Amino acid sequence: MARGTGTVDAVPRTGGGLPGRGAGGAAVGDGLMPPQQLRNNETWRVSLRRHWRLYTFVVLPVIFLLVFRYVPMIGNVIAFRRYRPGGSMFGDEWVGLYYFEMFIGSKPFWDVFWNTVILGGLTLAICFPLPIILALMLNELRSRLFKRVVQTVTYLPHFMSIVIVAGMVFQLTAINGTINQVIEAFGGEAIPFMQRADWFRTIYLTSEVWQTVGWGTILYLAALTTIDDQLYEASRIDGANRWQQTWHITLPGIRPTMMVLLILNIGSFMAVGFEKVLLLYNPLTYDTADVLSTYLYRVGIGEGGNYSFAAAIGLFEALIGVALVVTANQISKRAVGASLW
Amino acid sequence: MVTTNTPDITAVSSATITVKDTPGYRLFRAVNGIVLVVITFLTLYPFVNMVAKAFSSQAYIAAGQVNLWPRGFNLTTFASVMGDSIFWVNYRNTIVYTVLATVIAMALTTTFAYALSKPYLKGRGVMIGLAMVTMLYAGGLIPNYLLIDALGFKNTMWAIVVPGAINVFNLLVMKSFFDNFPKELEEAAEIDGMSQYGVFFRIVLPLSKAVIATMTLFYAVQFWNSWFQAYLYLNDRDMYPVTLYLRNLLAAATSTTDLGSDTVQIQANVQSVAMLLTVLPIICVYPFIQKYFVSGVMLGSVKG
Repeated sequence: MARGTGTVDAVPRTGGGLPGRGAGGAAVGDGLMPPQQLRNNETWRVSLRRHWRLYTFVVLPVIFLLVFRYVPMIGNVIAFRRYRPGGSMFGDEWVGLYYFEMFIGSKPFWDVFWNTVILGGLTLAICFPLPIILALMLNELRSRLFKRVVQTVTYLPHFMSIVIVAGMVFQLTAINGTINQVIEAFGGEAIPFMQRADWFRTIYLTSEVWQTVGWGTILYLAALTTIDDQLYEASRIDGANRWQQTWHITLPGIRPTMMVLLILNIGSFMAVGFEKVLLLYNPLTYDTADVLSTYLYRVGIGEGGNYSFAAAIGLFEALIGVALVVTANQISKRAVGASLW
Repeated sequence: MVTTNTPDITAVSSATITVKDTPGYRLFRAVNGIVLVVITFLTLYPFVNMVAKAFSSQAYIAAGQVNLWPRGFNLTTFASVMGDSIFWVNYRNTIVYTVLATVIAMALTTTFAYALSKPYLKGRGVMIGLAMVTMLYAGGLIPNYLLIDALGFKNTMWAIVVPGAINVFNLLVMKSFFDNFPKELEEAAEIDGMSQYGVFFRIVLPLSKAVIATMTLFYAVQFWNSWFQAYLYLNDRDMYPVTLYLRNLLAAATSTTDLGSDTVQIQANVQSVAMLLTVLPIICVYPFIQKYFVSGVMLGSVKG
């Protein structure tokens, strides 16, 4: 009891100004007091009592994260366990690497794996550099109105549902759609694009470019504004032309942004547009269109109901993704000094 | 804080160029302008084509003669889609799901972001880490599906409105906004005897309208556009959102292998109308929300 009162007593004295000082610590604290001291001089009990209202704010979000983000992570154990319909979502008995051996040894898996690598690689090779080029082109415009119009229009597709994008793709590539009309106008023959496996990648990438490139310029345009004008002036005095200025000042100026976005793009390499592929593909185009995520969807939920097998593939895909991000991040940190963490 | 970033982007080019251009650079600028006009046109074309097809007669669409503007102007398809009661039921569902999911998401994201912006909150580092890890690694399709099933959310609207509640990117954007919130205001309110609740609801929230508007729009567009959750978890046609209605129209059309047939062309007309009605709300608010989105993304990039 005595100890209890003592603690409570101590609170107002240290605590009265604490929120303010603690918060101000970031601004003032550099030399005066290590910020850690400010944070740690309250015990959990005191902190909970003083700030219980603030803690009520975090209860629901933390429960949400644990249930809807962390339980599924743990749920991946079914990749190593046999799942019985109606049984536990974590499976019923350990089977070790049974399901991994099952897909490692299957030919359809490797076909789909290479499809994923090709589609992901092409997406990275095309959808990463194009926003940089578009941002540089926009940067050369002198009319602010023209620039604003181009920006407004090219950002728009970003806000469209993937279902709408798929609908537009179907309409434009239809046998009587605009693309085939153009082909026929030049004397060619109409192509049933969506039924042809050899066209799938082109169609997928085109729609991806349409939807993402404009929006992708935002961060680059923001980075361009941070480049010091004096650098351009100095280079002009030294006789550099516009191209040399772009090469030696503009591009190095936006390099950190480029690296961060490159790392992020590499991280989503394996997870190529699952929803879009699901909407655009059909059995006729599986040869080129089927990727890991759609394959595991079909064997797991769509047709098969083989949850453990599908979860094993999902885990494999996710681990490759994490490994790619971590590797890219380390390389970038060493080589250029830009990194996500 | 939120709005100041936007004008700067456009200001950059005009300031840097003063001296006269070389002929080569002038040629480049002409080509650059033309290419950008072409890009703008190509970006807009699918929308224009969609509108044209929505108002054209089916005969012209079947003949492949509808491109930039409607031919054989017709409103009967519009009338028939709008007369389809399922379409409106699904449309209403989309509105209900979007509003509910956005409210849930904003409630969780705002309170969490605010609490995480307080350095004296014990366990703050752990909680930030808890959120950040989910950006790097997510559970995956199958475990999520089994979780929703185990929770009994299948074929209920909770499967649609709850799981998207905290977008970590949005959370970090809001946190970085609250990090920069003037501490003096909060301190003054606390000295006046206001509780943490009072400070948050009566001081902080009213002064954060811009960031709240931005995040609400981020979430609302995301939920309005989503279809896969519904496809995965809902069985009842009366519960579908309009995006799933549209998806089923597309799937019905592509499963018809006989491509030249009339049904496909009728489908094209119906699809265009449904697509138009689905994107209409977004297109209507887009000019007003665009600047908020841009500033929101940049706000996030500072810390993100």
